[in-house]
Amino acid sequence: MKSLLVIVFSLIIGGGGDFPDANEILKKVDENLMSKNRITESKMVIYGRRNSRTVTSKGYSEGDTKSFTEYLSPEREKGTKMLKLEDRLWIYSPSTDRTIQLSGHMLRQSVMGSDLSYEDMMEDRELTEIYNAKVIGEETIEDRKVWILELTAKVDDVSYESRKSWIDQERYVPLKEELYAKSGQLLKRITLSQVERLDGRWFPKKMNYKDMLKDGKGTDFIIEKIEFDADIPDYIFSKASLKK
Amino acid sequence: MIEFLLKGILRDKSRSLLPIIIVTIGVSLTVMLSGYIRGAMGDITDQNARFETGHVKVVTRAYHENMDQLPIDLALLGVDSLQEVLSTKYPDVQWVKRTRFGGLIDVPDENGETKGQGPAAGMSLQLLDDKSGEIDRLNIASSLVKGNLPTKRGEALIGDDFAHKLQIETGDEITYVGSTMNGSMTFKNFVVSGTIRFGVAAMDRGTIIADIADVQEMLDLFDGSSEILGYFNEGVYNDDKAKTLKADFNQNLDAADEFAPMMLTLKEQNNLASYLDYVDLYSAFFVGIFVMAMSIVLWNTGLLGGLRRYQEFGIRLALGEAKNQIYKTLILEAILIGVIGSVIGTAIGLGITFYMQYEGIDISEMLNNSTMLMPTILRSKFTPDLLYIGFIPGLIAMVIGNALSGIGIYKRETAVLFKELEV
Repeated sequence: MKSLLVIVFSLIIGGGGDFPDANEILKKVDENLMSKNRITESKMVIYGRRNSRTVTSKGYSEGDTKSFTEYLSPEREKGTKMLKLEDRLWIYSPSTDRTIQLSGHMLRQSVMGSDLSYEDMMEDRELTEIYNAKVIGEETIEDRKVWILELTAKVDDVSYESRKSWIDQERYVPLKEELYAKSGQLLKRITLSQVERLDGRWFPKKMNYKDMLKDGKGTDFIIEKIEFDADIPDYIFSKASLKK
Repeated sequence: MIEFLLKGILRDKSRSLLPIIIVTIGVSLTVMLSGYIRGAMGDITDQNARFETGHVKVVTRAYHENMDQLPIDLALLGVDSLQEVLSTKYPDVQWVKRTRFGGLIDVPDENGETKGQGPAAGMSLQLLDDKSGEIDRLNIASSLVKGNLPTKRGEALIGDDFAHKLQIETGDEITYVGSTMNGSMTFKNFVVSGTIRFGVAAMDRGTIIADIADVQEMLDLFDGSSEILGYFNEGVYNDDKAKTLKADFNQNLDAADEFAPMMLTLKEQNNLASYLDYVDLYSAFFVGIFVMAMSIVLWNTGLLGGLRRYQEFGIRLALGEAKNQIYKTLILEAILIGVIGSVIGTAIGLGITFYMQYEGIDISEMLNNSTMLMPTILRSKFTPDLLYIGFIPGLIAMVIGNALSGIGIYKRETAVLFKELEV
């Protein structure tokens, strides 16, 4: 009788059943990370085997269907622009004065030699919209308690079939993510840091993307300035703005 | 004695016709197949050397580890001085710079927007440098389908099938999209000066060929190239010479520097070593099986012939001819039949080999999705060893067959011969 009480008590206190609802956690993450639109100034530090380089850009995005990025430096990249409308992507190259549309497997190629693919840059849908979530445990990362969420795609047109997210239990932002292919192979690992309170939400300003199929230290994506729900003129998301 | 035996062979067709036919078929098959295998392997080796591997190749150690991915970021730097050092140190080898690269070819419409695009397998050569010999080495001039060779910077050749697919005409402008050695995105417009078809499925699929200076600029490969290829002045690959060259060059290799240049031989690339060894092994195996099978058939034929000549041997023994003597004449007869069959077989085999040297077998259907560097038509090749490669086994098989069947002669008891022969 005594041992039965111990079992029941331990199930109530620390058993597997006291995890919060995973979809609720994901919803709170979306509330932090998503916005109607945003203007971002960022830099990418790409660590190569021979050298490292920094690429700066200014990006505009609206919902999950429209985004526009202009590369500001270095000189090689300056003036290169990218426009994403729905699932189409155009790149403008000032040196050739050409607008090139990318599609299909080309979208899985690396952006500017970084560990991010065009698909990574383009994917901006709410997590609750594309994944089913399940809490599979908890851990501590950098002295912060996190939930470990296992996300499985519920739509077909998703870049990664499944992912594991380590979500900060207080601030509801991911601190680490692992992205998997349909085969179960780990494709990318993202480490998120410099979580700051911005416009009433928690937001990680530094992300290290590591393509697990490549050697090296990965790519740091650092947000230097971010403005949520800004006033973005419509012409920004038009093909005419590429040649401007 | 030989004349007497020859008369016997020619006059008694039942004694010689079947063994001669068997030896002829076996020898001609051996010569024909050996000639075809040599030709096909020679073509494959030559094709690989010309397009990809060189007779020897210099790359960085890091590039070598990931060679299949064409990692431009791990290319050789300071190639002009390295090429000069190689030319001075090894003057009997011609050294050329090449860079292979991947990317995308985009074809614009009248508004400069994408009309069509496809993946590109690019190769940059010292195209505008007459002394490099690259145009002859790759048979570029004779592989032109339309247009002309590039005569100035900014011009490129593209694969004819690729041009068809993307509806590109000579004089059209196309844009290459790819990554520089630092990973930056790079775009470059080229004018298509001509279209090309090498007859190598893996090359014809998405080829773009441009001058190395254009590509160095396009990929930020200043004074760099992904590889330096060496070709022996004799024009033929020599594995021993390649190994010696490699050992000499690599003895000073800095093990700590992953970008130090290292040399590879042709056989060390594209799995050619195992491929060539595999073919050699199977060729030897094939000849061995042929000798064994033919010996068994000829043994059987000899036994049948022996039975048919039972009475003849009996009379010869009864007349006092020694068993050894009869056995010797039997072997001599086998040698004569073997020589006749092998000469006819070798002549037929060589005839087919010469025919196949010009006609070949078209295997393009099988190579549609192949990434291996193989010619679409495999041809036979005459080599001096074909003169004896079937001849010797043919002769040996005939002699072994008859030697085995002739052993029966020794079992005959001279004492019972008259009874046996019912004389």
